Amino acid sequence: MEKAIQVKGLQKSFKQLHVLNGVDFEVEQGSVFALLGSNGAGKTTIVKILTTLLKQDGGTAVVNGFDVALKPDNVRQSISLTGQFAAVDEILTGLENLIMIAKLRHLKNPGVVTDNLLKRFGLTDAADRRVSTYSGGMHRRLDIAMSLVGTPELIFLDEPTNGLDPEARIEVWKIVKELADSGTTVFLTTQYLEEAEQLADQIAILHKGRIIANGTLAELKKLIPPAKVEYVEKQPTLEEIFLAVIGKKEEK
Amino acid sequence: METVKKHFFSDMSVMLGRSMRHIFRSVDTIITVTIMPIGFMLLFVYVFGGAIQSGTDNYVNYLLPGILLIAIASGISYTAYRLFMDMQGGIFERFHSMPITRSTILWGHVLTSLISNGISVAVIILVALIMGFRSPAGLLAWFAVAGILALFTLALTWIAAIAGLSAKTVDGVSAFSYPIIFLAFISSAFVPTESMPPAVRAFAENQPVTAIVDAIRALLSDQPVGNDIWIALAWCIGITIVAYIFAMRAYKKRV
Repeated sequence: MEKAIQVKGLQKSFKQLHVLNGVDFEVEQGSVFALLGSNGAGKTTIVKILTTLLKQDGGTAVVNGFDVALKPDNVRQSISLTGQFAAVDEILTGLENLIMIAKLRHLKNPGVVTDNLLKRFGLTDAADRRVSTYSGGMHRRLDIAMSLVGTPELIFLDEPTNGLDPEARIEVWKIVKELADSGTTVFLTTQYLEEAEQLADQIAILHKGRIIANGTLAELKKLIPPAKVEYVEKQPTLEEIFLAVIGKKEEK
Repeated sequence: METVKKHFFSDMSVMLGRSMRHIFRSVDTIITVTIMPIGFMLLFVYVFGGAIQSGTDNYVNYLLPGILLIAIASGISYTAYRLFMDMQGGIFERFHSMPITRSTILWGHVLTSLISNGISVAVIILVALIMGFRSPAGLLAWFAVAGILALFTLALTWIAAIAGLSAKTVDGVSAFSYPIIFLAFISSAFVPTESMPPAVRAFAENQPVTAIVDAIRALLSDQPVGNDIWIALAWCIGITIVAYIFAMRAYKKRV
């Protein structure tokens, strides 16, 4: 299997604060990789180094075969970042946002690409509205759609469901699953364990600047003592009730 | 390994198109940068003008250079605001993670500032013409005026870039433009400096706005410009260089 990302001994400090103390991991091409960690664990710092926004202090990171420190332009060409804060232009319309990115990626036929993405993300009707009128879920959908312009091989999603309501979160999960099915490598950070469980082929846990566990969900489950069999009455969670009441069911 | 092709002009035009749209979709911006200076001009000509002894019979002619500088000073505060908003949201990070010519991200804002201020200056001159502004200046003198105004805009734009890139809050962003507008009032823009008390006069005669106003006024009235034009140019170029250095330093700190 080809590696989409290879990280060895990655270090980064901000003044006295050591955020990353030798991070190692690899991501297989075409897989969904979830980086799990609490707030301030350094997830975003790793994403910023891998997307060439930040330079590491030590160690190496290779993305799609290109060293991030030596060949940042090649890395940028093969990736796309959906950051923690919606990277959309509020004053432009949804369509204008997509066309802007298509032009910056120097695509031959921006119109076709953007029409397809609008359709795929259910934004066709809202295409000519300014983004400032969009709901939170629509913002995020547009944000991810903008990252897909030009079909990059690897997509970074930094806490993609942070601050979204349950409905919008399920929409984002659906998008990630579709991406994985189409062969795109997805690098996802999250602090929601359920999200990693739902989406990821491989999960790494970042704690105090190091990867303390890394593997498939099944492998990680072996790290704790075998489950005891207990009989517990299953009550619906409030989330399940909420979704049932508003008539949407989670698609599995 | 393959190298990545750069598209400076195409990237620049995308950045320019984006921020020009921001301007034309913001009623607030248009009012502040065009309507407000025109309001000032009407106020000074038709309300205060009768009482001001400027030593000319056509006060609009006297006033116009100062009004143009005030328009530019308030225009560039929006450049700072747009830069600040870009830094706040995720759009800067998105651009930086894309295979584009990075310098166009900042220069797009600078070019937008030059073009939008050029438009508001043109509109204000048109209104001044309606109000009785007349100039015997030839084409060459007009080019010189345009050049000075462009340099002045460039100098202030880089000051605005420092503010936009380093401000912590949105209120802090536009605060810097008030001292610049204030400078115009303690200058030869509205009244001759000879009418001021000695200390104020000494300040007024040695600050950039007076030199720039005097140079533009001389050019527009077809008078010899003397040293004023060189002092004006030296101020504009000096401020541009210093502000550019600090703006780039602030920029590097943020990315």
